[in-house]
Amino acid sequence: MPLWVRGEVVQVKVWSSGHWYFTLRDKKSQVKCCMWKMYAERGGRPPADGTEVFVLAKPALYEEKGEFQLSVTRVIPTSAMGRQQQELERVKTVLQKDGLFDLSRKRQIPIYACTVALVTSPDGAVIHDVVTVTRKRWPCARILVVGARVQGDGAVGELVRALSLVNRIHDLDVCIVGRGGGGREDLAAFNSETVCRALAAVRVPTISAVGHEIDISLTDLVADVRAATPSAAAELAVSDRRDVLRLVDDLSVRLAAGLSGRTRLGRARLARTADRLHAGVEAVLDSRRNLTDRLAAQLDALSPLRVLGRGYAVPMSEAGRVLKHRADFVPRESFRLRVADGDVRARVE
Amino acid sequence: MAKTGAGPSLTPPLGDELARLEEIVRKLEADDVELDAALALFEEGVARLRAARERLVAAELKVQAVLEEADGDLRLTDLDA
Repeated sequence: MPLWVRGEVVQVKVWSSGHWYFTLRDKKSQVKCCMWKMYAERGGRPPADGTEVFVLAKPALYEEKGEFQLSVTRVIPTSAMGRQQQELERVKTVLQKDGLFDLSRKRQIPIYACTVALVTSPDGAVIHDVVTVTRKRWPCARILVVGARVQGDGAVGELVRALSLVNRIHDLDVCIVGRGGGGREDLAAFNSETVCRALAAVRVPTISAVGHEIDISLTDLVADVRAATPSAAAELAVSDRRDVLRLVDDLSVRLAAGLSGRTRLGRARLARTADRLHAGVEAVLDSRRNLTDRLAAQLDALSPLRVLGRGYAVPMSEAGRVLKHRADFVPRESFRLRVADGDVRARVE
Repeated sequence: MAKTGAGPSLTPPLGDELARLEEIVRKLEADDVELDAALALFEEGVARLRAARERLVAAELKVQAVLEEADGDLRLTDLDA
């Protein structure tokens, strides 16, 4: 784990091999430092004796002499660090004032993101990390890489341009902007005001994954979500296919059960309707039967034949005509007398 | 190479498909749908489930670079990532 160590540089020696050797000291102590050529070349000119610096270094052992030393990878004069810090604070203040860090403007990452824009260096490790995680979790996704330099001269302009290109892509669900870890200066572009404002203007939810876990940049604060690493950004950007397949299976079961329940309900309703229909028909028939019986009783009561039961008789001609008057009876002709239980033949005398 | 300045894609987003499926299932579970409508919903649900499953299972991650051409158009090229 590299450490930042502050001290005054003395006894700087630049060897023909390109390596730098110097001592870092403060009022009480000192430690020998070496900076190998590959790092020294990136550092520009060696610091002058007496310069106060921060060095990023790992503890190491100079085995031949049995000496402890620091293996330095970066040297930054404290004065430069101070300027960077001032600029960082200025940008942070204006962005905060403009509401770019407000929680109220944070958008949700879509659950089923299918198209993911990735703004990063075309040859960095970020693409590999994001692709590996996405392929494992959500292979139906599409990753659109929008390349940009992420450090050094021109990085700010390229990042701003890449973020504006993102806004021209159709059907985009989410945008990741990221780079791997590095020193504070390497992350400087992600603290730039213009990059932060371009990120805030991206029309889909954004994830910032800049540096390793301990580094926080201003884009982390502007983005809708901050991811500790590019791999974590991919995990935040896309769902896990296994979870979604489980959801689809669950929906499939509920769909079948829903229809089955619905037809069961239909059958029950049909049976209830048939019962009610049957009961209705029975009720109509009963009422009709009652009416018929009542009418029959009324008819029976009105029937003249009922009078015969009390001992009366009706005289009728042979042709069946009722003989009501004396004149209807012809002497010596026969006629019939209708009594309660039948006819009796009779003759007029 | 594919152009990406064109219109939106015709395939509905997977999220929309799954949301519609949820809606169909909820309607069927609610018991207040006529039987004819329930059968139509079921058929639609089965078709959407099949499509969603195919999308999830058959797909292979696509990685493409977005490039801006001199005329300002955006073009996509496949990346071996």
